[in-house]
Amino acid sequence: MKSLLTRTIVILAILAGLTGTVSAQTHPLVVEDAWARASMGMNRPGAAYMTIRNSGEDIMVLVGLRTDIAVMPEIHLTSTDDRGVSSMTPAGEIEIAPGGAIALEPGGLHAMLMQLQRPMVDGETFQLTLVIANGDDVTVEVPIRGFAARGPQD
Amino acid sequence: MQRRKLLGYGSAGVVALGGTLFAGWWQVDGPGASEPAGHQPLPLSAMEFQLIDHEANAVGPDTLIGQATLVFFGFTFCPDVCPTTLSDISGWLDELGDEAERLNVVFITVDPERDTIEAMADYVGYFHPSIRGWTGPEDQIERATSGFRATYERVPTENGDYTMDHTASVFLFDAEGSFVTLIDYHESREFAVPKIRRALDRDTAGAA
Repeated sequence: MKSLLTRTIVILAILAGLTGTVSAQTHPLVVEDAWARASMGMNRPGAAYMTIRNSGEDIMVLVGLRTDIAVMPEIHLTSTDDRGVSSMTPAGEIEIAPGGAIALEPGGLHAMLMQLQRPMVDGETFQLTLVIANGDDVTVEVPIRGFAARGPQD
Repeated sequence: MQRRKLLGYGSAGVVALGGTLFAGWWQVDGPGASEPAGHQPLPLSAMEFQLIDHEANAVGPDTLIGQATLVFFGFTFCPDVCPTTLSDISGWLDELGDEAERLNVVFITVDPERDTIEAMADYVGYFHPSIRGWTGPEDQIERATSGFRATYERVPTENGDYTMDHTASVFLFDAEGSFVTLIDYHESREFAVPKIRRALDRDTAGAA
């Protein structure tokens, strides 16, 4: 009896350990170079950028964003037509192929943070969750850089 | 022998024809093409509009004549293209150093409803000190954009707000106010500073 209990505990412990390892180390989506631009107060939408790499073997579908810094975070696409006119539209669902990556960068895809809940301040960070179709969401810590920043470093 | 000669002439002819076609393409559709007359910005001297800068001075196209000029249209609620372009412009101005003092640099809003003088002052304060922010009544913004052959359109967003589609090219004029060239949003940024220098050099040539 005692040995059965011990064995159960050991098995549970191994399972718990395994699950922990799985979720910490093998999430197929790897987020690099995340950064956001500081906001001017709270009236204007903010923007965040990053590279999202799919290191797994299945297609990952990014269906939305969640953050406490904005009521309506959404991935938008800026496009500039052949007349030089720039426009912005919601990007909808984005598929990331196995081994592939998408870049959220100035002038292209970006996380548009609408209805800010607090100002985005240079030097602070906020959490942004990438909502994935299969439920395997990823949360990243996004550093906020100056209003005139052009990338994660410069 | 004769056949080889013929072939030689033939290929020379093909090369010549190719060259002619290429030259034609270059001038008509290629990078050497001049803008169709109706699409090219007017000279600043032919534009008429009255706006207000971020320090509440009355300004217009006349304000810009006498120095080379760089103009960009946008709006302060623009989260992506506008801060990116103004950062790029700031970088180019840094690269120009003292030469930047011979250049007027103006950011004109296409969203005067939200972009008050104060908003423009706050906004341009984040970028290179040479950048001036211009706003004004809707009808004057319209006259300005039509002179530059720029377009803008108010687009409602799903949350009841709105955003603006707008021409995101950077316009360059010489000191006399003649249009020099555009810095297109798509083009590689390393061409920007040489283009600005071209507008500045036309300035020196005109003065000499």
